[in-house]
Formats: sequence, C-alpha cells, structure tokens
Amino acid sequence: MGGDGTLDRLKRKGRIVVVGASLAGLRAAETLRDKGFAGSLTLVGDEPYEPYDRPPLSKGVLLGKASADRTALPRLRNVDAKWRLGVAATGLDMGARRVRLADGDEVPYDRLLIATGVRARPWPHEGEGALDGVIVLRTRDDSAALSRMLAAGPRRVLVIGAGFTGSEIASACRERGHHVTVAERAAAPLVGALGGVVGAVAAELQREHGVDLRTGVMVTALDGDAAGRVRSAQLSDGSSVRADVVIVSLGATRNTEWLYGSGLGAGPRGIACDAGCRAFDIRGIVTDDIYAAGDVARCPHPLFGYQFLTLEHWGNAVAQAEIAAHNMLSESVDRVPHMEVPSFWSSQFGINIKSVGVPSMGTEILITQGSLESRRFVGVYGYQGRVIGAVGFDSARWLPFYQEQIEAAAPFPPEFSTVDRRTDGQRPVDADFPDPSVPTHGPTVTLSGYAPDDRRMTFVPAH
Amino acid sequence: MTLSLLHQILDYSNRSNPYPLYEELRKTPVYREDGGPYVVSTYYEIRSLFHDPRISSDTRNRTGSAADPLGGDSHEEAALPPSFLKLDPPEHDRLRRMTNRPFGPPHSPHRVDGMRPELREIITGLIDGISDPSRFDLVEEVSYPFPVTVICRLLGVPREDEARFHVWADTLAASLDPDPDADSADRGKVANEARMQLGMYLAGLIEERRKNPGDDMLSQLATAKGEDGPMTTMELLSTAALLLIAGHETTVNLITNGMLTLLRHPDVLKRLRREPGLAVPLVEELLRYEPPVQLVPQRTTLAEIEIRGVTIPKGSPVWLVLAAGNRDPQRFKDPDRFDPDRPDVQHLGLGSGIHSCFGAPLARLETQFALSELARRLEKPRLIEDPPPYRQNAVLRGPRQLHIACDGIRP
Amino acid sequence: MVRIAVDLNRCQGYAQCAFLAPETFAMHGEEALLYNPEVDEAHREKLLQAAAACPVQAILVDAVDVPAKAVSGGR
Repeated sequence: MGGDGTLDRLKRKGRIVVVGASLAGLRAAETLRDKGFAGSLTLVGDEPYEPYDRPPLSKGVLLGKASADRTALPRLRNVDAKWRLGVAATGLDMGARRVRLADGDEVPYDRLLIATGVRARPWPHEGEGALDGVIVLRTRDDSAALSRMLAAGPRRVLVIGAGFTGSEIASACRERGHHVTVAERAAAPLVGALGGVVGAVAAELQREHGVDLRTGVMVTALDGDAAGRVRSAQLSDGSSVRADVVIVSLGATRNTEWLYGSGLGAGPRGIACDAGCRAFDIRGIVTDDIYAAGDVARCPHPLFGYQFLTLEHWGNAVAQAEIAAHNMLSESVDRVPHMEVPSFWSSQFGINIKSVGVPSMGTEILITQGSLESRRFVGVYGYQGRVIGAVGFDSARWLPFYQEQIEAAAPFPPEFSTVDRRTDGQRPVDADFPDPSVPTHGPTVTLSGYAPDDRRMTFVPAH
Repeated sequence: MTLSLLHQILDYSNRSNPYPLYEELRKTPVYREDGGPYVVSTYYEIRSLFHDPRISSDTRNRTGSAADPLGGDSHEEAALPPSFLKLDPPEHDRLRRMTNRPFGPPHSPHRVDGMRPELREIITGLIDGISDPSRFDLVEEVSYPFPVTVICRLLGVPREDEARFHVWADTLAASLDPDPDADSADRGKVANEARMQLGMYLAGLIEERRKNPGDDMLSQLATAKGEDGPMTTMELLSTAALLLIAGHETTVNLITNGMLTLLRHPDVLKRLRREPGLAVPLVEELLRYEPPVQLVPQRTTLAEIEIRGVTIPKGSPVWLVLAAGNRDPQRFKDPDRFDPDRPDVQHLGLGSGIHSCFGAPLARLETQFALSELARRLEKPRLIEDPPPYRQNAVLRGPRQLHIACDGIRP
Repeated sequence: MVRIAVDLNRCQGYAQCAFLAPETFAMHGEEALLYNPEVDEAHREKLLQAAAACPVQAILVDAVDVPAKAVSGGR
C-alpha cells in the first residue's frame, strides 16, 4: 500500500459509521470487512429491525407468499458491527466528525457512509392521512399493517398513484380478490417511468384484471366516518369512491433533512456526490471522508452526460454501497467510479417488467421485438439520436443486448432487423412522457442537472 | 496434408481432447476459414450473441446454401416442421411455452421435483444390476439407460420400444454434426428418413394417448387446452421428437463425461463419496469443463453485425463454440482445472437466452443422482482405457463406451 | 431458518429455482419470480441446489448464521 500510512491506520483501527441500516448499508458493511477493514464499524438505523429486503413487501408479502416480518436480508459474511437500531441520526458535525443520534448520543467517525434512503411521501393533508385505513407502503411495518387490513376483507381498496408500487399493490389486491380502484393523475399508469406508449399497455393490463382505473384525475379529499375510519375519497372529476382501505402511493421523499445545516450538499433531491460516491459539501467541494450510497445519493453518470442521477433501484444500492466501501479504503488512484447502467424491475398482473438505462430520458420509442398488443415486447428509447433506455415486458433475456447498446451509445433508431419484428416496430413514435416540469409519482430515476448544489425545492402533489 | 483448424476440430482423431484446438481457436475470437461459418469461441462474445436479437435460430434465414460448405442441415425440415429449437419468436415462444405447460412452472411446478424418488429408484436399480463389477461399460449399463428410462416415463413412451427409436435418435443426433467429410445430401436423406420414421412412430403413440390420456407429457400435450390452444399434430410430432432426442443424446454424455472426469480426479471422487452434496456444484463445474453440447452450429445473422472488429454480413452462419468459451481464461481463472469449488460458475454449458436448455433441471438432477450414487457405491473404481473410445459426434461429444473396473458394488 | 434474497435485476426467468425448490420459489406468470425470503431449514438442501443451478447466480443465501442477539436495539 502506498501513501503515508494514513490509509493503513484507517484500515487497522479506524472508525467507520454507516447511517442507514438497509440494503446499501448492509452491503457496504460487508464489503468493508471483505476489503480488510479491521477497525470499528457502527451501523445506525431508524427502524428497530435488522436490514431487510423491501421488494417482497409490495409483491410476495401481499400475495401471502412471504411474511412482512420475515424478509431480513441474507448475510453474505460476518460484519462484526455495532448496531444502533431503532434510533435515527439527527445531525452531522462535519468539523468534529460526529453523527448525532435521536437518543442524544454522538458517534465519532473517521469515515462516514450515508445510506438513509427514502421514505414514502405521506398524504399531504395530515388529518385525512391519519384516518384509520389510510396507509403508505415503504417499510415492513407498513406492509404488515396493509396485510392485516387486506386480511380483514375490505369492501374496496383505493390506490392513489399508479407508479410501480401503486400498480404492484393493485395487482396483488386483485389477485386476492379485492375490489380495487386506482386513481392516477396522469393519463395512464407508469407514464413517469416508461412514457405514455407503454403506459397505455399498463392501463389495459389493469382494466383487464378488473381494476377500476381512473386516469387524469386527482384525489381531492379523503372522508372519514365518526369513528375516524376512512370511508370515501373525492375525485377532481366530481365523482367519489367508497373505500375502506386507501393506499397512498405518491412516490418517495429523500431522508436528508437531518443533514440540513451541516454544510453537506444535501437537499430534497438527495446528497450530491462524485462518480466515486464521495459527497460534496454545499460549496461544491468534494469531501474525502463522507460518502453516500443508494436511493439518497445523487451521482453524475458518465453514460448520461454526467448529469446527476438519483436511482431508486435495488441494484444501484448494492453497486454504490460496494463502490463507496471500496473507495473509502483506497488511495485516490485505486478508486473506482460508479458506471453501472441503471436497471429496474417490477412484476404486476403476471407480467415481468424490466428496464435498463434511463427510459424517462427518451423522447421516442421503437418496439423492436414483439408487440404491445401481445404484452410481450421490447421497447427501445431514443434520445438525441442514440439509444438511452429499453423496457421489456416478459422479455428479460433480451435486455442484456440493449444494455450493451446503451453502453455503446448506439444510434437510434436502430437500423438492424431483429427476430420478432412486427408492424409496431417499423418506425419510432413519440414516447409520450409527461411534461418534465410536472413531477410524476415514483419515476425511480430522477435527473437533476449538472450542478452539485441542490435548490431547496419541495414537491407538493397538487391534491 | 494439414487440416484446417475447423476440420481438425471436427476430425474424429481429435475427439478425445479438442481443448488445445479450442485454445488455438480462441486466439481469433471470431474465426473464419475460406467462406465457412463465423466461429465464435470466447466467453463474453458467445454470451452476448445468445442475447442478441439480430441472431436467428432459424437456418432458413441463411442466404444461399453455398454459405455453409461445411455442411448445413436445411434438408431435415422436409419430414417434420422445425422444432422450437430451430425457430425464432414468436413461434418459438409459443411452442416452448406450450411444451413447458405440462413440464414446469408456472403450470406444473412439481413435475420435476416430484420425480426425485423415481430418479433414485431407477439409478439404484441400474447400479444394482451391473453385470460384472470387475469390468463393465458405464455407458451401456448406467449413463445411457438412466436418462432414456427417465425421458420415456416423462413423455409416456414405452421403454420396450427403445430399440426402435434408439437408431433414429442416433441418426438424427449425428445429423446435427457439421461433418465436412460425409456427403451432405446423402446424410440429409438418411436423417430425413429417420425423422419420418420417428414421426410416424410418435404419431401412433399420440393417437393412442388422445384416446387414453395418462399423466405423461405426450398425453397432456396432445390434449392441451391452454391459452395458446392446442398444438397442431405436426408441431406436436416435432416437439415430441425433439424432447425424445434431446433426452437421449445429451445427459448420457454429461453423466459419462462426469464419471470420466471423476476417475481422472480421484481426490474429488473421494470427496464426493463422503459429501454427496458436492454433486451440486460439481455438476455445474462439469457443465463448464466438459459440456455435453460442445458447439451450437445453427445460428444466422439477420443483420450485419460487428464483433471484436469483425463484420459479419447479414445471412451468415454463426457457430458458438460453448466448450471453448467455457475455458476462456478471460472469464475463468485457471480454466483447464476441474474445480468443483470454483465460485461463480456461470458456464455456457446449457446455453443462455431464450433457447437455453429446456430439460436443464432434469439433466442436473439426473447427473447429480448418478454421480453421487456411483461415487458412493463403486468400490475402488478404475478406468480401464484412458482416453476411452468416443462417439463420432463432435457437437454432442462423449465417450461411446467407458470401461470401468471396480472391486465391488456397495449396497 | 435460512434467509435468502434474489437479485431480480439479474434474474432472467430461467426458473431453475422454481423447478428444483418449488417450496421456496414460484413463477408468477411466464417470467416473474416470487419467493419466500425465509426458508425452513428442512428445505436447505433443495435451496442450495436452486442457488447453484441459477444460470445468472442471482440467489443470495445466508453465509453466516446471525444470532438474533447480535442485533440490539437502541437504548
């Protein structure tokens, strides 16, 4: 090992603190130990549970295939860490290198990894959101509570917001035989992530499976009964829906408030970091001892013109955790950048939806394989004459090819023929994304410009 | 006369150890000799091509028969329509989905798992029945009868008809080989004849199963009422022929190659005897080290594509040499070493992408059962002949016989 | 209990796991995978078969047994 021995000392007896004890936090801890970190390791998590996996919460758990309190993540190795669970971090003193905890404790660090992720955006009217039967779905407690509500046999379930999570919940509820209404402000489900062309397929899927899908509407109010139980929802088209379970699925908010005032470049859009996951301070200068990973990190991506990207993706959490851990313990020349092509999956109504790249950056779409009508297809997104993303419905085995196309900045529209090219695939059409100035629910990929600073903008759904 | 590299690979005299030739081949990742097919032999390139929608499995997309002087296989289509192995989506997807319905998840999730007791019973019976432990042919007594009995039960084909379809299956398997020395047209005729006979045999069976359906796959395929509707009779015949041949000609090699490899690695054999669970990673490593399908010779480009600086024109035949990719040092450390503890064995042995091996779970279980039981029960097994005599086939490569001597059979 | 997670980014729906360990893995439609993240010890052998057979090595299995007390709550 080169350098002046600082790194060696860090490895032998340094103190590393990981704030956020979910997927990214755990994988980072494991990677640190894998790379020979022998010092003290502390994991701080606001939930009282050891790290658990979230994807099953909106799929397998609601279908009864798994239990909400039994989705703990497997341990790939021993991490020999001090766990501070059930206690949130409330502040950061960058100068003194200390993290303040909700119980008043302060934890000193030599290196800090922030992986505090996101939380579900709550219903904007506090009183209505507090009605019995109104719930968001993000944590294992949420999932357990929702499972209980569904087990009680509600007369109708209302899902507000048809992003991926909302659509998955609607799918599971239909499979369990519940009556389901979905209210979505956009013209179709999934439009924020995949655009209107694919969104139209998602809408058909929902309706075919018996979902009462209302698009182009907003929920304006939730009404409760005398006992404080939700009873109905008012929609912007003047109609109302009677429902005894209401799931608010309006996307996520990044857990960065605890960093405000610390001097770290953290805001509502996440924590700005460099391609090596090192966090910027508010002056736009990169720190050398603070790293960020997972849903909370905003990293410039070389494949997308170095725009800052925030990805609410499982694979991204793992990749960034490993990179942050590696870079923490490396001399500058040995550090590695985060270059993985974003990838995402969802399963709903019996269809496996996968995407690679950033479809939402695309302006046009070409169905290169299969057909929209058959619900088995690959759609390729183009942006300024190159391939920027792709989506597959039950076509996962073809996506590695499109990932290579994205990595190679291959020209769009693709000039080659493929197997299973149909009439849909003759020429590209407008991908039909909503106006980018109108925020959509849970796009899962957020592009946030080229500057590391983050205006303190807040997104208030127009409800 | 020196043979060209491809001819050497196909030449029978190199059958027992083609790996040095594959190493030579990998030096030119996209290799071509005088107007022949484009031969891809490196791991990452093969893996990419398996997922590349510009590559067709339907050889009817080749431009002109002259494009493949090393022997095409376009004649076989005459007797029966192509099976899903040689079709592209959407036809491939529809037929494979329908075939999977009575075989695997989502519709039949317990079929293969439920065969475990039966597999154990069959392999036990075969090892019990070894005629003379002091000298026996593993192929004849175990590796061949095991998967054949299994595929017959699964499909609902009477085991006693084996002698009849064995010949057809062998002929058809041989026709997969791009053999430059045989008269192509002649071979085509023979294969076509075998396909016709096998088709007629299966047609009779299917007719019977339609009247008296059982729990077997043929019955269920013949009476299917899924969302895709029923297969046509011709599709059903092609599919049944494919399953019967594939069940016949591949696992036998995997098991024989496995025992041969174990006998050449006595330390591993010893470990397997103590630790039957080792069979699980061992079979994956075996699929890398000695894959039963050495190369896939029937892909065709639908567009001009560029790989590693080589431009392959539209309509060209492409061969994917799985066995060479499996030993690519760019992907696998110390690739010529057989190491059942190897981490991260993502071999190409069962293909990848939409055409990945249909019977993979069954092949895995059969080979795991066979090798762990052979290791446990054979006392001091030794190879009588090394290398053993090989079958002619270069694509479905494996020993024709594997003579083993042992001191006895443990109960 | 054995804990598992499947990296569904890697998963391409080859269904080897659902063939070999149907107690734990199930296909939901043609390509989507559902699984139980906590597997009974009795199914460990089949689980390991499924994990080894995964063509994209997407199944993550507990490598260490973490005793519950190793994880303590805040004060």
